[in-house]
Amino acid sequence: MPKSKTLNLGAGSFVALGFAALLFLTTQTTSHGISFGSNPHYDVTAKFDNIGDLKVGSPVSMAGVEIGRVVKIDFDTQDYKAVVKMSINDKYNQLPTDSDASIYTQGLLGGKFVGLTPGGAETYLKNGSTIDFTQSAFVLENLIGQFLANSAKSSSSSSGAADAPGAGPASPTEKTK
Amino acid sequence: MSLINDVRRNFVEALEELGAVARFLVRMIVVTPSALLRFDLIVQQIFNSGALSLVIIMLAGLFVGMVLGLQGFTVLQRFGSEDSLGVAAAIGLLKELGPVITALLFAGRAGTALASELGLMRATDQLSAMEMMAVDPIKRVVVPRFLGAVISMPLLAAIFSLIGLYGAQLIGVQIMGVDSGSFWSQMRAGVSFSDIYEGLVKSVVFGIACSLIAVYEGYYAVPTAAGVGRATTRTVVTSAVVILFFDYLLTSVFL
Repeated sequence: MPKSKTLNLGAGSFVALGFAALLFLTTQTTSHGISFGSNPHYDVTAKFDNIGDLKVGSPVSMAGVEIGRVVKIDFDTQDYKAVVKMSINDKYNQLPTDSDASIYTQGLLGGKFVGLTPGGAETYLKNGSTIDFTQSAFVLENLIGQFLANSAKSSSSSSGAADAPGAGPASPTEKTK
Repeated sequence: MSLINDVRRNFVEALEELGAVARFLVRMIVVTPSALLRFDLIVQQIFNSGALSLVIIMLAGLFVGMVLGLQGFTVLQRFGSEDSLGVAAAIGLLKELGPVITALLFAGRAGTALASELGLMRATDQLSAMEMMAVDPIKRVVVPRFLGAVISMPLLAAIFSLIGLYGAQLIGVQIMGVDSGSFWSQMRAGVSFSDIYEGLVKSVVFGIACSLIAVYEGYYAVPTAAGVGRATTRTVVTSAVVILFFDYLLTSVFL
């Protein structure tokens, strides 16, 4: 029956088109790979004084390359620190144990992410390891507070106030140490 | 006193209606396995409610995406973050606009067609004639229509989101000059698999709700010309309310 044939063709191409659209959306609009959670990974924790607005799912990167994600954020009532659990892709299993974890901001107002800087140890981080060297998030309000305090202090000498704004944004992480 | 009685009666009637819909769904589910054997009927219905709705869904998707690109661009530009247009458009389309607008259009295009078709079958005693011939009309007529619509809806929503994304890209990148690289890379960084999953679950739920309302209203339509008209109207109105209500419910569940 030719009628049924065109009908089947129409329905078939519609279904194929629908699944093609779904396939495109799942593969092309997402950062496939780590976010699927299916590939092997290991967990590492780090304690921070202040994590800012770091969230579960924020990226963990080293040298600007995303190597994992934050999977859990908890609060330690013993030393009042934030405990961040990160899941790192098994491909990157040769990170020195004395690596250092800092919280950075993507762009000026973007979300936070954890940046790892390699250390020099011969032993590597493995599942359950803890990163000891951490730097807290750069909190804009604290920085503005410091800047205001500095400019009030040096308001008598005009040269001191002039180089304060230049020093602020250039070294954000050192300010909040 | 009469007010309280009215409220009570309305409440009881609403419960009865809900119960009737639930029983109808159960009746359909019971005969679904045997209805699946007549796969050609389902294919025909996928063609009717899916492939024939394609044009309106694609047109609507294109315009919704273009509006999203234009509005998103003007708002994001104020904060100097027009590069995030891609992720804004993608999340908006995948999680909300895709499933919801597709479902509303689907209720208007395919739902009304189902309801009036079944209603006319009821009005012209075709359903009774089938029963007379020992053919279960639910199995032969209703379930293939229901399944065809349920299968079509998520696919239509995916096509809508895809075309919408193209529309946003068309305005944002081609006309407004957002960098194409950051449009796509920010989208990839910002959209997670769970966003697509949420949209998919929503579109499946909306598809089931829409199709169930349409076949129920049509099957139990008052067998007159006015009754069929009323069934069609009720299909659109009830579907729209149910879709938006479930949208809120599902969004709060997924958050």
